[in-house]
Amino acid sequence: MTSVTASADTSPRKSKVGSLERQNRWALRGSFAALSVFVVVFLVPPFYMIMTSLKSSAEISAQKGSPWIAQNPTLDNFVYLVTNEQFQRYFFNSVWVTGLVVILSMTIAILAAFSLSRMGFKGSQVISTGVFLTYLVPPSLLFIPLFQVVGSLGLINNTWVLVLLFPTLAVPFCTWIMIGYFSSIPKELDEAALIDGASYPQILLKIFIPVALPGIIAATIFAFTVGWGAFLYPLAYLYSADQAVLTVGIVRELIRGDVFAWGTIMAACVMGAAPPIIIYTFLMDYYVAGLTAGATKG
Amino acid sequence: MAGGSTMAIGSGPAAAPAPRRVGSLKKLARRRSTTALLLCAPLILLIVGLKVYPTFYAIFLSMLDRKMENFVGLNNFIYLLNRPSFQLVIFQSCLFAITAVVMKATLGFILAHLMHNIRGKNQRIWRGLLLVPWVIPLSLSTLSWWWLFDPSYSAFNWTLNWFGFDSIPFLGTTWNARIAVIVVNTWFGAPFFMIMYLAALKSVPEQLYEAAAIDGASAWQKLVFITLPMMRNIILITVLYSLIVTFADFDIVRILTNGGPQDSTHLFATYAFNVGIESGNIPRGASVSLFMFPILATLAFFVLRDVLKRSKEIST
Amino acid sequence: MSQVSIRKIVKSYEGDVQAVKGIDLEIRDHEFVVLVGPSGCGKSTTLRMIAGLEEITSGEIWIDGDVVNDVPPKDRDIAMVFQNYALYPHMSVFENMAFGLKLRKFPKDEIKRRVDDAARMLDIQMLLDRKPKALSGGQRQRVAMGRAIVRNPKVFLFDEPLSNLDAKLRVQMRTEIKKVHQLVPTTTVYVTHDQVEAMTLADRVVVMNHGIIEQVGSPNDLYHSPATKFVAGFIGSPAMNFIPCHLEEAAGALRVRLSDKLSFPVPESRTARYRSHAGKSDLVLGLRPEHIMETRPQAEPNQHDFDMVIDVVEPMGMETLVYFTIEGVAICGRVNPNAGATAMQSMKLRADLSNMHLIDDGTGKVL
Repeated sequence: MTSVTASADTSPRKSKVGSLERQNRWALRGSFAALSVFVVVFLVPPFYMIMTSLKSSAEISAQKGSPWIAQNPTLDNFVYLVTNEQFQRYFFNSVWVTGLVVILSMTIAILAAFSLSRMGFKGSQVISTGVFLTYLVPPSLLFIPLFQVVGSLGLINNTWVLVLLFPTLAVPFCTWIMIGYFSSIPKELDEAALIDGASYPQILLKIFIPVALPGIIAATIFAFTVGWGAFLYPLAYLYSADQAVLTVGIVRELIRGDVFAWGTIMAACVMGAAPPIIIYTFLMDYYVAGLTAGATKG
Repeated sequence: MAGGSTMAIGSGPAAAPAPRRVGSLKKLARRRSTTALLLCAPLILLIVGLKVYPTFYAIFLSMLDRKMENFVGLNNFIYLLNRPSFQLVIFQSCLFAITAVVMKATLGFILAHLMHNIRGKNQRIWRGLLLVPWVIPLSLSTLSWWWLFDPSYSAFNWTLNWFGFDSIPFLGTTWNARIAVIVVNTWFGAPFFMIMYLAALKSVPEQLYEAAAIDGASAWQKLVFITLPMMRNIILITVLYSLIVTFADFDIVRILTNGGPQDSTHLFATYAFNVGIESGNIPRGASVSLFMFPILATLAFFVLRDVLKRSKEIST
Repeated sequence: MSQVSIRKIVKSYEGDVQAVKGIDLEIRDHEFVVLVGPSGCGKSTTLRMIAGLEEITSGEIWIDGDVVNDVPPKDRDIAMVFQNYALYPHMSVFENMAFGLKLRKFPKDEIKRRVDDAARMLDIQMLLDRKPKALSGGQRQRVAMGRAIVRNPKVFLFDEPLSNLDAKLRVQMRTEIKKVHQLVPTTTVYVTHDQVEAMTLADRVVVMNHGIIEQVGSPNDLYHSPATKFVAGFIGSPAMNFIPCHLEEAAGALRVRLSDKLSFPVPESRTARYRSHAGKSDLVLGLRPEHIMETRPQAEPNQHDFDMVIDVVEPMGMETLVYFTIEGVAICGRVNPNAGATAMQSMKLRADLSNMHLIDDGTGKVL
């Protein structure tokens, strides 16, 4: 039995970097520095958005001093928007459309996910995969034929068309997330409930939804984000101001307006960005879970 | 149980006739799959009606003439392929998608590593700050970028001037506009990659790095021999998914340049919008959109194959 | 010349938490040293400081004549076997074992030779192409050891390598490790919380508790001559009995009194040593279970019979454990299975005081 004999070990040089813990600590300091730079860079546009929204038209056109700071900050732009009927219309439309879309999407998604993950029937695998596949079909491919479809339904320039179309943006991914969460609930729970005498609707309501609540919140946030920020479909199908939602309303206003309205436009952007940001601040973990759910839950 | 037949557990005579039990079981099974199908119905209807059908309808539409009365076969496609402006679209879409995805993935990867070094509660704060680009509705944040790039009022140019440099027409020349569009897309999409890669990094056991440190690996070697191989799957999936989404991007180009200057930044989506909705030539617009389809389908195929492979690994 | 020298090592964390409170240890070349102790005693932290994974707050660690405080792990010429094996999941067994050598730019044939030798020694040659997830726990542990062996380092470090294995496998692997050490007598520092592993594997055992070393010695030394109550109670299974007692002096002879009815004369050899402690409070008699047995027909010096009501009887096959109570303290004794021990019945037992220990409970020291 040969023993492992020594041969020329080519590393007599001993460096002085220290233990792994020490190396990690230096990495930490370096990371802080680099991350700070990135954070500043990433937050430049939102920061500027807020700054501009606090400027009066006069200040913008005067171009005196640094544009990065609002010299004479004013809330006039916000006041103007809040009292402006058209903007109120935009905001209101966004709110009720997104609200309905979220409820609709989540209902469809939860029911379908419950069925696909639990009541395994022939073809459930095909449907699941198919659902995931269709998520990869982008709106930019569908919006032209849908224009014809929407036209034939008489929904051109009618806000309700969004309630019809937005679920297609959210449902596939939401269903995918929910399938993942539902699948991770142990089957023993259903069986215990069945023995206790629960019906399937009761199992769904009393067990699945509470246990998978994190997933539901994540999926709901996703549906909200997608609905609130959608741009292509509203742009393609809505033309009058009273039918528009925030995203197209603000952009269209820009094309009509002149440069000096930038303060107002940025204020409108701030208000349009506010709901997602607020939700994000309080529910960030669910937000992130929603993003990673697709990949990590397979 | 829902509705009719109740299963009397433990009651009745011991000799419960077998056929009756099988019968009610069968009914239960049938009812279950019908209920299951019913529950899926809204989803299926939605997908088929508003995604599958329009796709096929698009193919049909693309083969009609402008008035949508006569069938012209592949004329629309041939016409488009011969137009320089459309050739530019193909070029720009590919350039945009590939460059932006590579940059997003790299930036996201770097950020994920930096974030991973920060332990504990602090990480949440940094993560929160860096996710902001992703959270703001894209059309609205693009507007703020446009304002930053404005020819006369750009804050960037003001800063450049302040340091003694000349102003740059960010959206004025072809290549500047292309770069600007890619930058905005990278800014918007990097957080997604960062989050995904951070999750993947967290799943690599710390002890592997300790063992590698003892084995003699430098930081670079740890990255190449441990981190990257273990993240291979997630990198693949995110890149493929992002390619699909970036290829089909609409908002940024539409708002920043609307395809200009001189059609140099048009993507399939914006060009289709131009041709189809604004100029009113629906069939040609449909053809433009459909050009994306082969590429998307190929990418989707790879994504699907990888996802199925992994879900099989999980279940076995 | 010590192979590994630990001098006044202290490890503290933020918040003034001291995991290791000043340790000195000299480990000789080729020695197999086991650090043993309960969770949180600082043994793993010490090992990791030797490895270079943790920063040394103060003190020095020397390996083969060089101070290594500032030297990164890869230059310390050590190899480590982790509790969770830490095998690279995407590499084959061969690649796992070859990784360290590849990084140091060893020639290919040298790598192959070393890996094959180690694989043969550990009986894993047929596994070289497999990935870790296709291996059993015991096989993975062997691969982890193989990875350490091929490096031919100055010191092997083991961090609770057997804790993840089931009991039977643990016994098997223990023997394997001992065999490997006989073939490849590299200096080894081994950490475990299992005192049986410590006793069976070590040349010397280091018992640690709350960040300090309680005692260092050969397994036998620790077993028969523990220095503190902690060591006495930690080593040996079933654990040593600790019975509060009083030391009485009467007519020049010492007796250890356990209760009003029970007392034993102290062996002559110990009288001189214990005399000064007579009359003290807080004294505890330490007596191992094997020194409480069934009575025998012959009288032996320092062995004294007494009657006791047995509470619980545990037949272990080759012996029977009996439990009884003195002044509220549960005591364990080992009797012959045929001695007729029965629960709830009185039995005549014999205490052998030639191996008694007298402990000062206030200081925890064995007198």
